[in-house]
Amino acid sequence: MAWNRKLLRVNLTQGTCKEEPLNMEWANEYLGSRGLAAKYLVSEIDPKVDPLSPDNKLIMATGPLTGTMASTGGRYTVSCKGPLTGAIACSNSGGFFGAEMKFAGWDMIIFEGKSPKPVYLFIENDKAELRDASHLWGTSCWHTEEQIKADHQDPLIRVSSIGKAGENQVLFAVVINDLHRAAGRSGVGAVMGSKNLKAVAIRGTKGVSGVKDFPAFLKATQDAKKVLADNAVTGQGLPKFGTQVLMNVINEIGALPTRNHRDVQFEDAAKISAEAMHEKRPTDGKTHLITNAACFGCTIACGRISQIDKDHFTVKNSPQYWGASGGLEYEAAWALGAANGVGDLEALQYANLLCNEQGMDPITFGATVAAAMELYEMGILTKEQIGIESPFGSAAALAKFAEMAANGEGFGKEIGMGSARLCEKYGHPELSMSVKKQEFPAYDSRGIQGMGLAYATSNRGACHLRGYTVASEVLGIPVKTDPHVTDGKAELVKAFQDATAVFDAAGICVFTSFAWTLADVQPQLAAACGPEWTMEKLNEVGERIWNLERQFNNAAGFTAKDDNLPPRLTTEPAKTGPAKGLVNQLDKMLPEYYKVRGWTPDGVPTSETLARLGL
Amino acid sequence: MKIGFKLFASLTDYLPSDRKGNRVELEVGEGATISELIARFNVPERSAHLVLVNGHFVPPAQRTSRHLVEGDELAIWPPIAGG
Repeated sequence: MAWNRKLLRVNLTQGTCKEEPLNMEWANEYLGSRGLAAKYLVSEIDPKVDPLSPDNKLIMATGPLTGTMASTGGRYTVSCKGPLTGAIACSNSGGFFGAEMKFAGWDMIIFEGKSPKPVYLFIENDKAELRDASHLWGTSCWHTEEQIKADHQDPLIRVSSIGKAGENQVLFAVVINDLHRAAGRSGVGAVMGSKNLKAVAIRGTKGVSGVKDFPAFLKATQDAKKVLADNAVTGQGLPKFGTQVLMNVINEIGALPTRNHRDVQFEDAAKISAEAMHEKRPTDGKTHLITNAACFGCTIACGRISQIDKDHFTVKNSPQYWGASGGLEYEAAWALGAANGVGDLEALQYANLLCNEQGMDPITFGATVAAAMELYEMGILTKEQIGIESPFGSAAALAKFAEMAANGEGFGKEIGMGSARLCEKYGHPELSMSVKKQEFPAYDSRGIQGMGLAYATSNRGACHLRGYTVASEVLGIPVKTDPHVTDGKAELVKAFQDATAVFDAAGICVFTSFAWTLADVQPQLAAACGPEWTMEKLNEVGERIWNLERQFNNAAGFTAKDDNLPPRLTTEPAKTGPAKGLVNQLDKMLPEYYKVRGWTPDGVPTSETLARLGL
Repeated sequence: MKIGFKLFASLTDYLPSDRKGNRVELEVGEGATISELIARFNVPERSAHLVLVNGHFVPPAQRTSRHLVEGDELAIWPPIAGG
């Protein structure tokens, strides 16, 4: 078994750390990471709990392949009831922290209660203890990681932490590990902050034991790595250009949400694209991109490491930002750029650095700035209220908003609520480009119909990582489908959602799915966990995870009415490009989706479906 | 007739060295096909994965038969993905 078979339960109220056996019956039904954490969460918290109260729990979980030699096996997840959405939250991160947790001998950490004072959890293999974090409170994720390593005189400690955003309970605060990898969506960092938990620092030296059939695992992982290496996307495209390569594609097909989804094409898309990151800047003759980077065990290495122009107005007097650091990835570049009409690559990287430094989700942050800019252009918000002129396209306003939100100052506090609450406050809830109060990522569903259904039904609010039909509808992976039609999209969305749940639960990166199917993952899992992990079982586990998450949300008070899109996307046709004249036809896809899922017309899993899945 | 021709990602190198950005404007004969332009710029056929004309996807089987018209924008990518 590639599980360590034990979890750590940390009661922050009492200040205790206790070892428990992992529930292997549940592991057999939910695999690990996202799936297993969901099972624990659903079993231990009231779905109606206030997400920022001590009664919410926060779970950090690995999968059976985390820390192993399976490619991309460095993933871990942070799960809780999400404060941005009120739905189940599960945010996934790479880097090296997840593998270190596994090396220390733990599959999962469950945090409950609330510490009376700021603390961090320190784990050194079997030893786990809470330590005073008063000297870290009020500091950034970057400082926290550096300070903990210095305090322990050990540069090999891996750290996950929150910055000021998490402490201030910004509703889209993230948990940052390894300086610029993030468990990024739904505000899991705010829950960590609400518990006075500043960081988790781990040193593990045990490695991963218990792989069921090691020779078979060696072969399965090597075979699968060859598939990644031979594939043009995972072997060449992603390492060289990163996710940012999508900027020009999505703009060309007319699905790049621009200026708070007023438009679907951005005139400056080329300036903020992967290709632009490779071009020499006229100002200093250097390229923005320094190198690519890989997370633990990853043979793709899509990460971007960039260096900002030192003379740019955002950092001219701030040398702490002059070094090479993470970004820009596509989602951040879109949310900070096209979503606001800002075509200044350096300004986007500056805002991205602040998001990493103080722990904010750049998608929700950028999309909330977009909503604020629209309110400003409508005259609802004024310069006096905000502190700066904020029309679409203003790089200065973007930078100022990032500083204010990161530090919890002025109008930044209102940005910190996310777009749904901001727009509601100022009387225009329809201007929040979100589902279940979580903002859209970088694909306009008027030009990619299936993504509208994927967004509307995502269990954690609008998200591209719950069902990435862009792969099929735009990129032709595994087969090309027409992005403008609705036929067949219900089945497509369900297939992507269920398969993604398995990739997440296994502890590997969903980007492998550009080359792998579940048939490539299955031999690795069977060798690691046992031959009973067949394709049939994996398909069932994916569907079971999805339905369990849905049950939690239904019990939390969500209904079919929440499987919806903002009216802009269903009533205002795209103005330009190939999708000109189209709106998203969610009403055609949703009833079919419920049917395909085995749910009632009201979006509730039928008793037959629940029985079939053992729920 | 004039058309816009764009190559992206690793295909950028197949554009003329005096290019600005990823787009060049081309003078082509009436009825020029996508395959002709792919060959003219020495783009390996298997690297021309995603082919769009005015943002609309053109399946591989239509590249030899699809005739371009004045003002068309032809854009080509190698296999790529992101998220």
